[in-house]
Amino acid sequence: MLGIDKVRELTQQILGMSHADQTEVVFTGTDSALTRFANSQIHQNVAETNTDVRIRVVYGKKIGVASSNDLEPEALKRTLDTARAIAQLQRENPDFQSLPAPQPAQTVQAFVERTANYSPEQRAQIVNVFCKKAKAKNVVAAGAFSTTAFEIAAANSLGVFAYHPGTVADLNTVMMADTGSGYAAHTSADASTINPDALADEAIDKALKSRNPQTIEPGEYTVLLEEHAVEDILNFSAFLAFSALAVQEERSFMKGKLGERVMGENVTLWDDGTASDLIALPFDFEGVPRQKVMLIEDGIARGVVYDTLTAQREGKTSTGHSLPAPNSMGPMAMHLQMAAGNTPKRELIKNVARGIWVTRFWYTRPVHPLKLLITGMTRDGTFLIENGEVTRPLKNLRFTTSYLDALNHVRAISRETKLAYNDWSNASRRMPALLIDGFRFTGVTQ
Amino acid sequence: MKDLTGRALNMAQMRGASYADVRIVKRDVQRIAVKNGKVEGLEQDETQGFGVRVIVNGAWGFASSSRLEGKEMDRIVAQAIAIARASAMGKSRDVNIGAPISVQGSYVTPIKIDPFTVSMAQKIDLLLKADAEMRRVPGVKVARAEMAFVRENKIFASTEDSLIDQELVESGCGIVALATDLQTGEVQVRSYPNAGGRNQVTRGYEFVLEQKLAENAARVGEEAVALLKADACPSYDAATIILDSSQLALQVHESCGHPIELDRVLGSEAAYAGTSFLTPEKLGRFRYGSEVVNITADATIVGGLGTFGYDDEGVPAQKTEIVRNGIFVGYLTSRETAQELKLGQSNGTMRADGWSRTPIVRMTNVSLMPGTWAVADLIADTDDGIWMETNRSWSIDDKRLNFQFGTELAWEIKGGKKTRMLKNATYTGITPEFWNACDAVGNEASWVVWGTPNCGKGQPPQIAHTGHGTSPARFRNVRVGVVK
Repeated sequence: MLGIDKVRELTQQILGMSHADQTEVVFTGTDSALTRFANSQIHQNVAETNTDVRIRVVYGKKIGVASSNDLEPEALKRTLDTARAIAQLQRENPDFQSLPAPQPAQTVQAFVERTANYSPEQRAQIVNVFCKKAKAKNVVAAGAFSTTAFEIAAANSLGVFAYHPGTVADLNTVMMADTGSGYAAHTSADASTINPDALADEAIDKALKSRNPQTIEPGEYTVLLEEHAVEDILNFSAFLAFSALAVQEERSFMKGKLGERVMGENVTLWDDGTASDLIALPFDFEGVPRQKVMLIEDGIARGVVYDTLTAQREGKTSTGHSLPAPNSMGPMAMHLQMAAGNTPKRELIKNVARGIWVTRFWYTRPVHPLKLLITGMTRDGTFLIENGEVTRPLKNLRFTTSYLDALNHVRAISRETKLAYNDWSNASRRMPALLIDGFRFTGVTQ
Repeated sequence: MKDLTGRALNMAQMRGASYADVRIVKRDVQRIAVKNGKVEGLEQDETQGFGVRVIVNGAWGFASSSRLEGKEMDRIVAQAIAIARASAMGKSRDVNIGAPISVQGSYVTPIKIDPFTVSMAQKIDLLLKADAEMRRVPGVKVARAEMAFVRENKIFASTEDSLIDQELVESGCGIVALATDLQTGEVQVRSYPNAGGRNQVTRGYEFVLEQKLAENAARVGEEAVALLKADACPSYDAATIILDSSQLALQVHESCGHPIELDRVLGSEAAYAGTSFLTPEKLGRFRYGSEVVNITADATIVGGLGTFGYDDEGVPAQKTEIVRNGIFVGYLTSRETAQELKLGQSNGTMRADGWSRTPIVRMTNVSLMPGTWAVADLIADTDDGIWMETNRSWSIDDKRLNFQFGTELAWEIKGGKKTRMLKNATYTGITPEFWNACDAVGNEASWVVWGTPNCGKGQPPQIAHTGHGTSPARFRNVRVGVVK
């Protein structure tokens, strides 16, 4: 971690060297470590120190981007020269108007020193709790525990400078019994909030209860989707529907629907990068402060997220949801939350005559983006619900169903919510568990 | 660089490592993306750094840094040693990587035209031309064309006296047309030459020129628009399907390549990527597919995206039989997993995503070997079936058994001829049942080695580049169509 002063100096050094019309520098620095366990012992234990400088230069409406992780002065100059050379060879982009101007940004305290200083011994001690508990219950422990400290800065030649340091502690485990498995996970900016005993017990309990699973006929069922299954619904909604670019390209169900009811009245979704109960990042990769954007309010479509380019196309201002340039994905809701309900999670199934309890989904992929039609499998704890009780474990099921349709058939929402962090996209989500009617399962595995 | 690797290895041994290796990797990536007549993305990224892997007290430690300098090397070695000592706190047995391997060698991807020397203007022109051809088709809403080039230089050195340097070069390109009809709620996509608009290989710019993107662009656009009005693929409980070569490549990747990764089989990926149905007792005994199914893992195929000289443990690239006449006979191994099953020396499939990741078992070029059928004969021999081409969606369970794939385009086959175009086709099955239902594989003339540049596995996340050679093949009694 370089700290704000060195990062400011670095970005100013690059901006000072550039003679382009406009220049942007995005800096990221990471110190991360991950301890991985399987077969009830540590089998992979790694650490990484990295930096990245991404430079975007603009000549008129010509744009070039280059990046490097080498911070030596000659490397920075080489990267700037590459970006300049690319820009000068570029065709004009008529949509481009300007990089963003400075705006006041909210500061969010999201850096926890004890997470940043977490040692391999501390991680090993927590992992050993999982391994010992697993051995005692005759199940096999697997999982990963990562601790990360990061710093991000965005600066441009119009005066933008935004800096944010943060930490993430992320632990997940799968406990495997002979014929069943169970999952538990915990994410926080603060590693000291992890309760390894409770997490291990949760996953072991589920693994033991899921032994000797039975087959059930595919069809439409009421489902209790636990929080990590709901996370998948939020991920695909963000990816396929809540981006201004998806709307502009007419591949989002939100196209032409603002102000109309598109989901059940009990569904409210918003994105807020400044929320302290997520892994906050209060500005985007253009340095624009992230606004809280109401996406769905009581089932009514209220908005989508913008970056500078998609906003300028519509004569609007960015909501602070840019990804790093150059970006063909468009803006992204990276801090999506779903409003909690008022029913304790365990009571959600009280009135379910016959349904299916789903712990999490696996390998989900869009089949039809406009319909939010997704296929995937259940994993690590799938159970039959009968007369308000979880009665039997089930073999994993394939579903092929519309998440949009699912969000139109939410019968109840849990009072509790969980935080999840995706280490591929760096998106964090906070979501409740959902009871949904008419969820369509299309196959069973062996 | 030799000074740096020597310094790291010496220090590791002095601090108690019974084994250590160091990799110094520099990777340059150039990406060009054109959308609807505008150059949407033009970037060049470089990353460099090193990773040190050690065994101390019988356990692994790995640390990495982007700062290529002596003092940082010392810090990272010390960190890797400390991590290994922490790993040893809960070990149940010592790591065993088998007999020492000492290799001194080098490898360079054979290319005709270095893609990094071709002018940006020439590349942009080619993409814009293809983009314009697609948009000339009324109804195309979004046209996208892209290229990607990778050059990776890496040095591997170990305490077993291995010293290897490699330069791997990749070239990729493709186009995509998207057509939408909001009134009917249809979105349809056509891609060329591969799904998502990119095929990638370990070759030079000559590969891009051979793809003739602009010459194929109008057809791609026309097919995307035609799909909006095409009939939906009907549902069948037991249909005959023929998969085109590119779709079959992904089928091989998901339902053969992943389950033969021995780290998965032995549980190392259980919490994330999952395990495998191909458990050790099945080796040499299990009927994975019909007699016509022969699968190899071959890291030596010229141009394959999973082609290299040496893996990231310094093991030379090689060819391994995986399925012989339908019987499962081989895994993809690392030095450690090969010892665990007493398979002898590793068959060299350990690869890391750049300098900052530790190597894990990865597919090389896992291929379905050619059969005897000319593609025209395969279609003519099919009375009632569906031809499916170019992947649109893919999903498989964590043991690699239950899969479902969707394709961009399908054709009904009646009386040995392709008849009507079908949209939204999907097929689903259970891996060994499906491969046992394969009754015909296309011949060498239709065999293509496809690249999959986006294979995700591992924690922290790693992307691997894998290759898959396939000809079209026919499968009987397959469940088709679950999309309403």
